[in-house]
Amino acid sequence: MSDRVEVTGKEVDKLYERLNREAEASGYHLNTDVEHTKDLVEGLLVNEKRYGYWACPCRLAEGIKEKDLDIICPCDYRDPDLNDYGTCYCALYVSQAVLKGEKNLGSIPERRPSSEERKRAKPKSIAKGVSSLPLPVWRCKVCGYLCAREDPPEVCPICKAKKERFERFI
Amino acid sequence: MEMKHVKGKNKGNIMMYALSTCGWCKKTKRLLNEMGVEYDYTDVDLLEGEEKAKAMEELEHWNPRRSFPTLVINNECIVGYQEEKIKEAIGA
Ligand code: SF4
Repeated sequence: MSDRVEVTGKEVDKLYERLNREAEASGYHLNTDVEHTKDLVEGLLVNEKRYGYWACPCRLAEGIKEKDLDIICPCDYRDPDLNDYGTCYCALYVSQAVLKGEKNLGSIPERRPSSEERKRAKPKSIAKGVSSLPLPVWRCKVCGYLCAREDPPEVCPICKAKKERFERFI
Repeated sequence: MEMKHVKGKNKGNIMMYALSTCGWCKKTKRLLNEMGVEYDYTDVDLLEGEEKAKAMEELEHWNPRRSFPTLVINNECIVGYQEEKIKEAIGA
C-alpha cells in the first residue's frame, strides 16, 4: 500500500484562498460548498506530494507526468464541462448559474477519453495557409488563451496553467 | 485485494470503488455512513502494483469507463454520486 500522505489544515486553507483569489480574478468560481471544495484542495495537495503535480483528485493518475498532463488541475476538460454542466468533473470549479443557485450539482459524466482513445488520438495539425505570420501562435489547452510570440509564456495569464499545457495553434 | 469494511445494518452486498482524494467519493461514503449501512470499499489510489491492476480490472467489469466512485449494490452498478439512486437501490 502507498504511504499515506499527510496534509495540514493550514496548507489546505492557504491553497484554498489562493485558488479562490485566482479564480475570481479571471472569471472562474470555486464551488461554494466549502467542505467539498476543501476536500478537493486537500486531494490536490496529497497528489502534489505523491506525484509532484496537481493530478485531478477525482481521477486515477498514472504518476507519469506526460501521461497525466491533461488531468493536471485545472484539467483540459474543465471549461467544456463548465459550459455543458456548469461544473468541472470534481465540482471544484462551478459556473455563474450554479453559483446563483439556478442549477443543482451532482456527479457529471467523465469526458476524458479512455487511455486507449488517448493513445490513438493524433496531435492536432497546425493551421496552414498563414505561414506568412511573423510569429507562431500558441494556445492554452486549458482555457483557449492565444498569444503570438516565440515561445509560450511560463504560466497562462488567464488560467495559470503551466507552459507545457500550451500547443502550437498557428 | 485489500477491502475496508464499515460496520452497519446489513442491506445486502454493497461494494464501492473509490479514490482517497476524490470529493464525490467522500460524499458517497458520508451518505452510506449516515444511512448506517454495512459496506466494503477500496481506495484504488492507495493500492500498488498487481493489487491496483486487479482492482481496476474488477472495476472495468462493472464500469468500462473506470471512473470513481463506482458503487455496486446487490449487483446493480451506480456510477458517480447519485443520492436518490443510491438510496433507492439500498431501499432506504
Ligand atoms: S478542474 Fe479538472 S482537474 Fe481540477 S478539480 Fe476540476 S475536474 Fe479535477
